[in-house]
Formats: sequence, structure tokens, C-alpha cells
Amino acid sequence: MTKRIIPVTRRGVLKGGSALAGAAALAPTIFVRGAWAEDFRNNPGSAGSVKLGFNVPQTGPYADEGADELRAYLLAVKHLNGEGDGGMLNTMTPKSLKGNGILGKKVEYVTGDTQTKSDAARASAKRMIEKDGVLMVTGGSSSGVAIAVQGLCQEMGIIFMAGLTHSNDTTGKDKRRYGFRHFFNAYMSGAALGPVLEKEYGKERRAYHLTADYTWGWTQEESMRKFTEGFGWETVAAVKTPVGAGDFSQYITPVLNSGADVLVLNHYGKDMINSLTQAVQFGLRDKQVNGKQFEIVVPLFSRLMAQGAGDAIKGILGSTNWNWSLQDEGSKAFVKSFGQEYGAPPSMAAHTCYVQTLLYANACEMAGTFYPPEVIKALEGFKFDGMGNGPTEYRAADHQCFKDVLVVRGNENPSSQFDLLKVVQQTPRSQVEYDPAIFGGELGPYKV
Amino acid sequence: MDAIFLQILNGLDKGGAYALIALGLTLVFGTLGVVNFAHGALFMMGAFCVVTLQKVLTIAKRVKDPSVTFFDAYKEQPYLEIWFGDTGRAIIDYVVPISILLAIPIMLIVGVAMERGLIRYFYKRAHADQILVTFGLAIVLQEIIKSFFGANPIPVSAPHVVAGSAAIGSLVGLGDAVVYPWWRLIYLLFSGVVIFGVFAFLQYTTYGMVVRAGMADRETVGLLGINIQRRFTIVFGLATVVAGLAGVMYTPVLPPDYHMGMEFLVLSFVVVVVGGMGSLGGAVTAGFLLGVLQSFSSMTEVKAIIPGIDQIIIYLVAVVILLVRPRGLMGRKGVMES
Repeated sequence: MTKRIIPVTRRGVLKGGSALAGAAALAPTIFVRGAWAEDFRNNPGSAGSVKLGFNVPQTGPYADEGADELRAYLLAVKHLNGEGDGGMLNTMTPKSLKGNGILGKKVEYVTGDTQTKSDAARASAKRMIEKDGVLMVTGGSSSGVAIAVQGLCQEMGIIFMAGLTHSNDTTGKDKRRYGFRHFFNAYMSGAALGPVLEKEYGKERRAYHLTADYTWGWTQEESMRKFTEGFGWETVAAVKTPVGAGDFSQYITPVLNSGADVLVLNHYGKDMINSLTQAVQFGLRDKQVNGKQFEIVVPLFSRLMAQGAGDAIKGILGSTNWNWSLQDEGSKAFVKSFGQEYGAPPSMAAHTCYVQTLLYANACEMAGTFYPPEVIKALEGFKFDGMGNGPTEYRAADHQCFKDVLVVRGNENPSSQFDLLKVVQQTPRSQVEYDPAIFGGELGPYKV
Repeated sequence: MDAIFLQILNGLDKGGAYALIALGLTLVFGTLGVVNFAHGALFMMGAFCVVTLQKVLTIAKRVKDPSVTFFDAYKEQPYLEIWFGDTGRAIIDYVVPISILLAIPIMLIVGVAMERGLIRYFYKRAHADQILVTFGLAIVLQEIIKSFFGANPIPVSAPHVVAGSAAIGSLVGLGDAVVYPWWRLIYLLFSGVVIFGVFAFLQYTTYGMVVRAGMADRETVGLLGINIQRRFTIVFGLATVVAGLAGVMYTPVLPPDYHMGMEFLVLSFVVVVVGGMGSLGGAVTAGFLLGVLQSFSSMTEVKAIIPGIDQIIIYLVAVVILLVRPRGLMGRKGVMES
């Protein structure tokens, strides 16, 4: 058997080289596009715009709150793109944003409907990430939803800037490297509200808790008990109630003869409206027990939800993340922009969503890239001011924002349809801080 | 003892609402053979008759808050109060009872229009088709209400004179400490009166007798020259009015929102199935029975033995009934048994 040797000639090399060069030039660019760039999902590369995903409840019981969140997001996009009066871009410090989008790219957005259901919210976020190519997902009005979407975002390497979520678990045992929460949490509510309750109602009280049976309710009850029992209150009973129970009469009647003189409603949204309305109907606020006036406490108040409870909220103590009546420069700038745009003041959910969008954009500017691990590093430990609630810090250890917390009371004599909550105290940040280790959890890796 | 007494009252009160909705559902199924998934939406529409009237009665003079400059914040004083003083205030205070007068004709018109405009085309169609079309209708009605009134619950108060609680314990020898809201007692009484009224109408009037005959044998009644279809249309309207009134009277208990009907619909269907499809007595009995069972299962002592039982008790009973007696407690032989 003989081997046939193909002679290498100059003409052959030239012909082969030309063919290869031609093939390379004509090959679809899809195989090589972006190969030089950092390798991360939905890298905008040289595109002129970037897309953010606003995942809010557009249907279901929190649709009004979701609509307010969406209004805030649209305002944030406007301000980021240099339109409007700039809102908190004028008051935020330190600030890397220039009002020309993010890193010079115009900000666009897509929206999704969480329906306040974890599975629907995850499906919606997944669609925005995979189909719409969003760089960041934000929004929501429930801790169950936030934890579910945060987990998905960690898996997919997309930053999640949580909307309204108040469970300790979000930045506690379920915290994630890619998840960030500006909103306060149940522990901070307890820490802020506790001393006010002690001052107003005394040390010798017997409390009865009705608690929404899901992550937020559990941690809210746990936190309230920690602080109230800490200064001497006795917990008579803590009863879990199904979410969306509607009629709470069967849970309220046992309170009547329990010997309790305080009812703590660890309920939010419609559950809070219904349980508070019904507790008042059962005459709890007119009762004298143990020689004391019976009191009702709602640890988490929202102005939007308070509207639904009507007169029942008057005089009730609770806590809130932010209120439109705050007089700091950041809050005033935001209320002005929002009020002029939509004819109504923003809710606390709207505030947190607006701030989250600006913080994400600012972190990209600080990092000089959209590459998530670098953006995360820019957010971790970021200290800022001028966005309401005083000097604030995104704690690196758990991605929880620390700032002043408001204790509020249902306004007995409102001056307008929006003046439903009166700020009783702006609790300083130092009073609501805690060791991140108490809730456990692992942030996870930067690179996924 | 106090706790048991109060839970019985809670159960009866809750059962009253279930029974009123289930009564209309089973009436429609018994006469027209239609499974109406829009029935919960009719309950919700009744509640929104109150909200609408409340909005009309509280049209107000607005006094702007001068301290707010970026949007319109104002304090309101209803014109009725300005013009008529205490009388105007009393009219606003009694919005729920007054709404009954408004809801009856409105719900009757809605019911007849719904039956003539949509439901009648589905008499001979499969139950699955009826469920789909009525469920779709319910969603449309919900979204219309949401677009006008938003998604948040809207507070409605009972008249001031019955807004508090009654020391009902002293009446039964349990002491003054046992109290129960006046409005819930009124609701219980109201549901009893409406249920009695519907039964009396069907039992003691010629019209009702013909309807019952039609329920038993539609063809024979038709052969006697009676336009049974027209009577059934009126029965559909009657069922709609009953659902609407249940919604009207429930507004002080549960601030109405666009989704409230759906929350009651599923439970009411379970009530109908447990009572027996098409059985009026069954629906009422099962409504009260399940209401009381649900209340007792929520007691801490019961939940300590079987955690979470309060959330599944109704469905558990339904499963047992369907396995043991598929036609329901008082259902006609043959219905739901094939």
C-alpha cells in the first residue's frame, strides 16, 4: 500500500486561505457576536437601550397597590432617561446617575402580572428574563412572591430588587446574593413599635395574636412577641388564620373571653381590612378588660389598605416604611413629581419601588458595567441619603436596607382623603438594627 | 359554654350567607338545569348596589387642603348633610337598608336580561359549556366593577344605631360579657326571612306551584298550555335578587371588593352539592350545617387536635357526602348519581 502525498504549492495555499477568509466573512454573525464581552445573561452589548422588568400584581386583591407600584416605576424610568423634573435624582447622595439612562443606554421596560401568587409571579419573571431579555426584575406586594421570584433570579443570574415584602425571611433565611430589599421588615416593625406600645399601653398587658398563616405572618408574630414579651407583656394566645379568610368572626369571638386586653392583628391587605373591621364590630375597642381599655394593634400599616378599613383604623397604632407627609427633601421631591404626574400621593409601595429602580441604575453606573456580580458589589454596603427615611445603608451581609422606621397611628381627624396615617415617631435606624446572623441563611455565590 | 354559644352564632351567621347564595344556585339548577358560575358575581353586584348608592348619597362639597400643593387633597362634606342637616346624615347612615329598595329592581332586571340574553342559549348544552360561559360572564362582571371602583375593598357601615354589639349573653343566662354584633344578628334574621319568603312563594302560591310542577316534569306542564319557560325566567330573576340581597346585607360585615363573589362561589357550590343539587331544603340545611362546622373547626381546642382542620372541613364533608350519598343530603334520586 502506498501513501499518496499531496504536494503543498504556493497557489494551493493562496486558494485555501482565500476560501477560509471568505467563509469566515460570510458566516452568520450569530456564532461570534458578543464573544468578546463579559459572559452574562441578557448582556445588552452595544445596544442603545436596556430593559427592566416590572413584576407587579395587576390583577387580584393587590391590584391597586400594584398599579401604584407601576406608576412609580414609570416615573423612575422617566427620570432616569432625563425626562420630567428628575424627582429624587435631585436629592440622592452620593449619585452617579447622569439623567441619560443607565451607562448611556436608554431605559425601557416590560411589565408582568404576579397576581400575588408565587407560581404566577415566577412564570411572569421567567418570561421577562428569557423572552424580553430584562437585566433586572423588580416589584411585588407579598413576601411569598418576593421569596419565590428572588430564588428564580438567583438561579438565572438576574438581579431582583424586591418591592413590598416585609417578612424577615426575605433577607433572612431565604436571602439571596441576587436579591435586595429596600423595604423594612417585621423585626424592624417590632423594634420600632415595641417601645411606643410600652409607653402608650404600659408594661402589664395581655396580648392575643391573630396571624396570617404564611411566611410574613409567622415572622411578624415572632417579632412582635419578641419585643412585647421583652418589656413584660404576656401572650395569651397566638392563632393562625388562613390567608383570605374573609369572615374572621370565628377567630375573633375567642378573644372576647380570653382575658386579653390587646389584640395584635398580624394581617396585611384585605385580611387586615376585614379582621380589623370585624374586631371593631365585635365591640373590642369599647371593652374594658383587666381594668384597662382594650386596644388593637396593626404592626404593618399601608395607606392604600387603610382606606378600605374606613373609620376602623382611627387611633390604631402600627408601623410603615414611608409616608408621603415626610418633610425631608427626598420625600418632598418624590411626592411632588408623583403628585404632579398622577394627581395623588405615592403609597409606601410606590416609594420603595421607585427608590429600588434608582438604586439599581446607580449601582450600574458605579460599577461601570451591567455585569451582575459587579453591580451587586456596588450595591453591597452602599450608603446613601436623600431618598426618604434619613441616611440609609444596603447592608452587605444580608442585602437589607437599614433606615429610620415610622410608627404611625390611624388619623382621628384627617385633613384630606389622603391624610389617613399620622406619624407618631420616626424611630432612628440604630434602634431597629440587628445582627444578620440571627435569621441564618446564605447569600450564595456572585457568579452563577 | 360562652365559646360554644358564640361559635354557634358565628356558624349560623356564616351559614345564612352560604344558604342565601346556595338557595339561588340550586333554584336555577332545579328549574333550568343550569350550573350558574356567575352566581357569586351576582352576590358581588348586590354589594356594589350599596357602594354605588353610597357614592351618590355622599357626593360632596370639597374643601381643598391648602397645605398640599402638588395634587388635590380635600376634605369632603356631603351635600345631603349641607342641605338637610341631621336628616341628610340619617339618609347616608341608612345606606344599606335603603339599598335593598334599589337592589331588588336592579338585580331583577340583571337576572332577566342575563337569562334572556345568554343563559337560555345554553339550556340544552352540556354542563361543562354552561360552567365555561357563566364563569366567563362572572369574570367580565368582575372586571367591569373593578374598572369603576378599583380593586381595594370599600368600607360600608351599618346604621349607627346597630353598629355596636348586643349583650346577647344576658338573654340566654351567660352574662353581659357575651356580646355579638347587632348587624350580624340582623343578617341572620334577614336570611331566615328571605329563605322563608322563597319557600312560601314556591309552596303557597299558584305561581310557585306551577314552578314546582315544572321542576318535577317540565314537559307535562308545557302540555297543559302553561308557558313554563317564562316562569322559569322569573325564577332566574328571583334567584338573582336573592343573591343580590345577600350581598347588600353583607357589606357592613365584609367591605365589598370586586372579587368577593368568587370567594363565596366555591363554598356555595360545595353547599349545593352537600345539600343535593336542585334541593332547596338541602341547600339551606347544608348552608347552616357547614357554617356551624366551619366555625367549630376554627376553635383553638379543635385545631390543637387536628391542625389546619378549619381550612379543609367543608371540603372534607363534601368528599364524605359524595362518597356515601352522591345525591347529597336531600337530593333527588338519580341526580348526581349516574
